[in-house]
Amino acid sequence: MKLIHKYAAPKRFYELAGTLTPGLAIITVVLFVSGLYLGLYWAPPDYQQGNAYRIMFVHVPNAWMSMMAYVAMAGFAAAGYIWNVRLADILAKVTAPLGASFTLTALVTGSLWGKPMWGTYWVWDARLTSELILLFLYVGYMALQASIDDPRRAAHASAILAIVGVVNIPIIHYSVYWWHTLHQPASLTLTNQPKIYITMLIPLIIMSLGFMFFYLTMLCVRARSEILWRERHADWVRKLVGLET
Amino acid sequence: MTGGVLGAMRAVFVRELLVFWRRSTEVMTALVFFLIVTTLFPLAIGPERRELMLVAPGVLWVAALLATTLSLNHLFASDYQDGSLEQMLMSPYPLSAMVLAKIAAHWVLTGLPLALLSPLLAVQMALPTKAIGTLVGSLLLGTPTLTLIGAVPAALTLGVRGGGVLVSLLVLPLYTPVLIFGAEAVAASAGQGFASVAHLSLLGAFLALALSFAPWASSAALRVSLD
Repeated sequence: MKLIHKYAAPKRFYELAGTLTPGLAIITVVLFVSGLYLGLYWAPPDYQQGNAYRIMFVHVPNAWMSMMAYVAMAGFAAAGYIWNVRLADILAKVTAPLGASFTLTALVTGSLWGKPMWGTYWVWDARLTSELILLFLYVGYMALQASIDDPRRAAHASAILAIVGVVNIPIIHYSVYWWHTLHQPASLTLTNQPKIYITMLIPLIIMSLGFMFFYLTMLCVRARSEILWRERHADWVRKLVGLET
Repeated sequence: MTGGVLGAMRAVFVRELLVFWRRSTEVMTALVFFLIVTTLFPLAIGPERRELMLVAPGVLWVAALLATTLSLNHLFASDYQDGSLEQMLMSPYPLSAMVLAKIAAHWVLTGLPLALLSPLLAVQMALPTKAIGTLVGSLLLGTPTLTLIGAVPAALTLGVRGGGVLVSLLVLPLYTPVLIFGAEAVAASAGQGFASVAHLSLLGAFLALALSFAPWASSAALRVSLD
């Protein structure tokens, strides 16, 4: 708790994130390179899907991260709202575009995967549909954040929205699943995946960790620039950029 | 003032009805919108009764949902402008109780007429007669949930630029579960699926959940907006 208080001051976090970023970036690169190598060369082709399944190594981690980022965002936002921690507001704000881009990547790779599997780029598959609604939730959060000028009010208002969203996400998710099972589609779905083989699971886990560290790296980078912008009138920032000596 | 919280809630409720009644054009806008949007579909799809029957549950529910979204802007806006909301904030009674009373009055003047008007539009959309009861029932259960959920974004966007469009953007993703089960219930009793009881029960569950959660969340949102 003492440590959290120490680093919750934007200036301290700016310095901490600055020292952490290179290490996080290196870990990200190592994980991505080894994950892609294992996924694209080492893992055997699937007996049904051939090599087309390999897009899974990007698609699945992004889909996971899209949901985790929303929970993280709501968690940061709630912490900022309840305890009035400015750093948590900043972290929540910079998580939103990252989460939205994870969601978008998951959607794009999912529909690219759908082309060889379903014969079409888009089907109203339960996962794709709830992923699309998740993207709308992110867009709404960012739109609300952008339309309020006062940073404190923007943070608190969007925190309430994020908390309402996080309560709703499971309901939306299961509603969409139920809706999907009611309208039984004729085509093959990815819902009933066969048990995953260990040589495919290892690259998948490495890639997932890679995307997680990518998120942490980007969180540090983006939070640093957001802090600089918000504290642009503070002495330490003016000194840092050379406006004052 | 006597009667404690319930007295205060009743006072707010009656006042809302009175205020909305005196500005009845605003109430009518949502209803007329519902009517017009539903009329547009046969024009776009064609007057074929079989085709209309297939899309009727979805069309009626989407139109009702959009009409409710449209009316959300009236929920707090005028009270925000003339300062009555700040008075409510300063009263000794919990804000969430008064927000609940406001939402209830708003529903009586928008959701309820919508549900009562829907049989007429159902006939227009060639919905089988046996499904009309389910349509009214699902709207009676569903529209209060829509108004309750919508109160949160409506409160969040008070005095924000582009508030009206923003409310729709924020609220429509949250409406998907209600839309799914509402339209599904009607489709089920029109003979395209299973019995509609399960869907209606789920709509009731959503209503119970929204009743316990939404007044609290929207009063927190009002506090942020009025800060």
